[in-house]
Amino acid sequence: MEAIDLGDIDAWYLILSAALFTIGLGGLLTRRNPLVMFMCVELMLNAVNITFVTFSTALDDLAGQTAVFFVLVVAAAEVVVGLSIVVAVLRRRPDMTADDLTTLRG
Amino acid sequence: MIVDTLVFIVAAVIVLGGALGVVTNNNPVRAALSLVASLFGVAVLFVIKEAHFLAFVQVVVYAGAVVVLFLFVIMLLGVDRAENLSVEPLVGQRAAGVAVAGLIGLFVLGGLFLSGGTTDEAGDVALTGQRAITQPINDDEPDVNQLADDLFTRNVLAFEATALLLTIATVGAVVLVRNRGAEDLVVDEPGQAAR
Repeated sequence: MEAIDLGDIDAWYLILSAALFTIGLGGLLTRRNPLVMFMCVELMLNAVNITFVTFSTALDDLAGQTAVFFVLVVAAAEVVVGLSIVVAVLRRRPDMTADDLTTLRG
Repeated sequence: MIVDTLVFIVAAVIVLGGALGVVTNNNPVRAALSLVASLFGVAVLFVIKEAHFLAFVQVVVYAGAVVVLFLFVIMLLGVDRAENLSVEPLVGQRAAGVAVAGLIGLFVLGGLFLSGGTTDEAGDVALTGQRAITQPINDDEPDVNQLADDLFTRNVLAFEATALLLTIATVGAVVLVRNRGAEDLVVDEPGQAAR
C-alpha cells in the first residue's frame, strides 16, 4: 500500500473535495436558517460530484460522470421538495428557524 | 499541465471562498450569491477534467435554476433580512458543530491518504481503485455522446426512474405550497397570534 503522491494534482482535487464537504457539513450543523442549511447540503453534494469526476478521469471510467448526472437530477428534485416545505412553513411563521421545527405537525 | 495547475488553484480558491461565504454570511441573499461562485468554480473544475457536458449542466442547473429558485423563495417570503449571528441560542452548538464537522473531515482525509494508489502497466498512478475495462473514456469522441450512450443503454431504467422522480417532486411541490384557504390556518400557534 503506497501513500498518495501530493505532487499529483488529482490528490489535490480530492483534498479540495474533502475541504468543501467539511465546510458544508460545518455550515449545516451550525447555521439555523433553513435556507442556508439547504445551501450547505448543496455544497456537500458538489463536493461528492468533484470526487466522482476526479475518479472518472483518473480511472478512465465513464460511470463516474453518469453518477454525477444522476446526482444533479436528484439534487434538483430534492431542492424543489425541500424549498416547498420551507415555503409552507415560513408562510405561517416568517421568523422560523430550524429550532422551531421540533414538531412537524400540520 | 502548468496551465491546468494554475486554473485549478484559481478555481479551488473560488470554490472554497464561496463555500465559506455561504456558511458565514448573515444575509441569505449574500449566501445564495456566494453559492453561485462556489458552484461556478466546481464547473471550472469539471472543464479541467474534460467533463464538458457536466460543466454545462452544472452552470445551467445549479448556478442557474437551483440558485434562482433559492433567491426566488428568499424574496417571495421576504426573509432577506440579515440574521443576528452574534447570539447563539443553543449554547455550544457552534463549537460542537465545528468539532463534529472537523472530525468527519479528518476521517475523510485519513481514508483518502490510507487508500493508497495503484499503477497500470504504463506506470501511471491512479489514486485508488482499478482502471476501467468495461466503459473506458474515448478521448476522440465528445463526452456528450459517450454519456448519452451510457445513459440510454446501460442505465436506461435509472434514467426512467429519475423522470418519475422529477414528476413526483413537481406534484409534491404543488401539493405542499398550494394555498388551501384561510380557514385552514391554525391560529393557536405561538407565532401566529399577531395576525
